[in-house]
Amino acid sequence: MLSGQLVRRLFSMSGRVCLSRGSSGSGIIGPIEAAIRTKLEQALNPEVLELRNESSGHAVPPGSETHFRVAVVSSRFEGLSPLQRHRLVHAALSEELAGPVHALAIQARTPAQWRENPQLDTSPPCLGGSKKTRGTS
Amino acid sequence: MSGSLGRAATALLRWGRGVASGGLRGPGVRAAGSGAGGASAERLDALVKKDKVVVFLKGTPEQPQCGFSNAVVQILRLHGVRDYAAYNVLDDPQLRQGVKDYSNWPTIPQVYLNGEFVGGCDILLQMHQNGDLVEELKKLGIRSALLDETEGQDSK
Repeated sequence: MLSGQLVRRLFSMSGRVCLSRGSSGSGIIGPIEAAIRTKLEQALNPEVLELRNESSGHAVPPGSETHFRVAVVSSRFEGLSPLQRHRLVHAALSEELAGPVHALAIQARTPAQWRENPQLDTSPPCLGGSKKTRGTS
Repeated sequence: MSGSLGRAATALLRWGRGVASGGLRGPGVRAAGSGAGGASAERLDALVKKDKVVVFLKGTPEQPQCGFSNAVVQILRLHGVRDYAAYNVLDDPQLRQGVKDYSNWPTIPQVYLNGEFVGGCDILLQMHQNGDLVEELKKLGIRSALLDETEGQDSK
């Protein structure tokens, strides 16, 4: 709402940097991605579950499964705060988060909220692996 | 423990000056770096309650080492929040794990308002977008800079 444009710009710029640097979404689904999907489906019975392996945008070897973004759309989230929703996702994926998964961006929406804006956002660019992208103003 | 507190205070002062001369950020932004010393629940409890706005980052506000940490810094900047304490978990493995245990939250960054855990980057961004952040800051006596910006646009 407030200054939404500014932040959208901030994040869409990020998206471009990410896309030009990596090849996220190579189409190959690794074992961890598969496990994340299965566990979220079992735990939250989502109407929509969008999962993206964003690892290629980070300083990790090709084919890594370390950075993910997920949109979980479930009626289980009705009446829950964002914090409570995220905790449900964390609980479902506790094993992955304690182990191989280093970053997990979460969009936890109710079906009605998803219909308002049905898209998986883009994460800001990694700043750890490349000094070139560090000079944010 | 008092020794580490002393170091933290020193770090705060040092960062305060450095930031002021840099001119990119308000002079109030303090980064405590590795000065957190130890990471027991009691220690963290004191840490998050010491300042109205506290963030745990990978890197510093001046040089975030992670896109999500950077996003938190940028959102606070947009709201003109200058007076906040930032702790760099990359300088302190104990703090990195300790803060995760404290909040029962598996990732960094973490944002605390008035001693209360608010969430990470996703939730702060959501609060920014839906206007909740302005309200939460108001409760802390912090007037979001975006309110002034909005008024400016309205008067045109």
